[in-house]
Amino acid sequence: MDPVLLLDVLLLILAVLAAVAAMLQRDLLGSVMLMGIYSLLMAVIWANLFAMDVSFTEASVGAGAATVLLLMALTRIGTRERSGGDHSLPALVLVVLTGVVLLYGTSELPRFGDPQAPAQLHIAPHYLAQDIGKVSDSATPPNSPHGEGDFGHHVPNTVTAVLASYRGYDTMFETAVIFSAGMCLLLLLRPIPRRSPETVTIDESGSTSHQKSESVVLRTIGGMLIPYILVFGFYVQMHGEIGPGGGFQAGVLVAAAFILHSLLFGRTATDRWLPRWLVDLAMSLGVLLYAGTGVACMAMGGHFLDYSALDRVHPAEAEALGMTLVEAGVGLTVASVVLTIVRKVQGGTR
Amino acid sequence: MEMISDGLLLLGGFVAFSGALGVLRMPDFYSRLHPAGTADTLAQLLVIGGLVLRHLDSTGDSLLVVGKLIAISVLLMVTTPTATHAISRAAHLSGLAPWTRRSTDLEEQEESP
Repeated sequence: MDPVLLLDVLLLILAVLAAVAAMLQRDLLGSVMLMGIYSLLMAVIWANLFAMDVSFTEASVGAGAATVLLLMALTRIGTRERSGGDHSLPALVLVVLTGVVLLYGTSELPRFGDPQAPAQLHIAPHYLAQDIGKVSDSATPPNSPHGEGDFGHHVPNTVTAVLASYRGYDTMFETAVIFSAGMCLLLLLRPIPRRSPETVTIDESGSTSHQKSESVVLRTIGGMLIPYILVFGFYVQMHGEIGPGGGFQAGVLVAAAFILHSLLFGRTATDRWLPRWLVDLAMSLGVLLYAGTGVACMAMGGHFLDYSALDRVHPAEAEALGMTLVEAGVGLTVASVVLTIVRKVQGGTR
Repeated sequence: MEMISDGLLLLGGFVAFSGALGVLRMPDFYSRLHPAGTADTLAQLLVIGGLVLRHLDSTGDSLLVVGKLIAISVLLMVTTPTATHAISRAAHLSGLAPWTRRSTDLEEQEESP
C-alpha cells in the first residue's frame, strides 16, 4: 500500500477524532486546544496533498490566529461551558437527515483523484499549463526578471495566478467581506464602560492581556522573535507569486507579530509602535488599493483588473505588478482586521 | 553519509517516542512537561540533522534546503523551551502545586478509610 495514502488515512482519522473530542469536551479551554490540533492536522493533510497554499493558510489562520482569538475570548468569559438544557430531538433529526442527504449527494461525485473527473478535464489543464495570467509579450528585454528565461511570461505560483488574475473579482470581494467583518466588529464590540467584578477575577487568575508579561524569559525571547516574524511576513507577502503564500497568510503573520508584542509588552507599548488610527486606516486602504488597481487598469484602457493594461510595452511585468499591488491590498486588510478583532476581543476599558 | 543520516533519523524518532511515553507515564503536570519539552527539542535536532545530511548528498539547490532546515531547527530550539517555560509558569501562577511523594501518600490515606 502507498505509504503516503496510509499516512493520509491515519491523519484524517486523527482529525475526525480531534473534532469529535472538541465537541464532547465540556472544558472550553480544552475544546479550543483540540480545535487547534484539528487545524494543524488538516494543515499536514493539505501539505501531503501538495496544496501548500491551503496548508499555509490553515496553519496560520486555523491553528494560529483563530486559536489565539478564542483563547483571548475565554480569558473574558471563563472556561466553563453552561451545562444542560441545550439538547433538542428535532434538531438531531434534522442534522441526521441533512447528513444523509449530503452523503447521498457525494455518491454521485467522481472518485477521489479520478483522472476522468470533470474538474480535471475542464479547466485544470489550463492551470497546469500555467496559461492563467500569461501574457504574450515580445517586448520583454532578455535580462528582465520576469522574462522568458525565468518565468516564461507567467506567474510561477499557479495558485496566486488563479487567485489574483483568473478570479480576481472573487478575491476582491473576499477582501471586502473581511473588511466588512472588521467594520461590523468595530460597531458590535464597542468598549464596555464598566466591568463587572466577576470578569476582573477571571482576568487576574488567568493571564491578563493588558499588562506586560512579567517573565524575563518570555519578554527576551519574544522580543527577539518579533523582527523575524515580521520579516517572514513580508517575505511571504512579496514572494506570493513565486512560492506558496500571499496576502492572506502574510497578513495573519504580520498581525501575529504585533499580537505577540502586545501580549509581551502591554497594549500601550504596541500602540506606540502602531497607532490605532493607522490600523483603522490600513483596514480600508487595503480594499481601496485592490479596487484602485482595477480602476487604474480601466483608466489605462483595459478591463477592470486586467493588469496587463498597466504597461502596454511590458504586459508580463505589468501583470506581475498588478498582482503584487492586489496582494498588498489583501495583506493590509487582513492584517489590520485581525489586529482589530484581537483588540476588540481583548476588550478593555478604553 | 546515508548511514549516519538514517541513524540520526531513527534516533530522533526514538527520542520523540520516549518523550511521548514520558508524557503518558509521568505523575503530574510539571513532570509531564519535562519530557514533552526536552525530548521534542532533542528529537527535532536529530531529525533535522538527519535530513540535512541527506540533502548535502543530493545535487541541485540543496544548499537552500539545508539553510531552511537549519533555520527551522534554530527557531524550534529557541521556541520550544520558551513555550515550556510559559506553560509551566502559567500553571504555577494559577496555583497548581507540584507533585511530591508525600502528596500521593496523603491522597491514599484520605482514600483508604
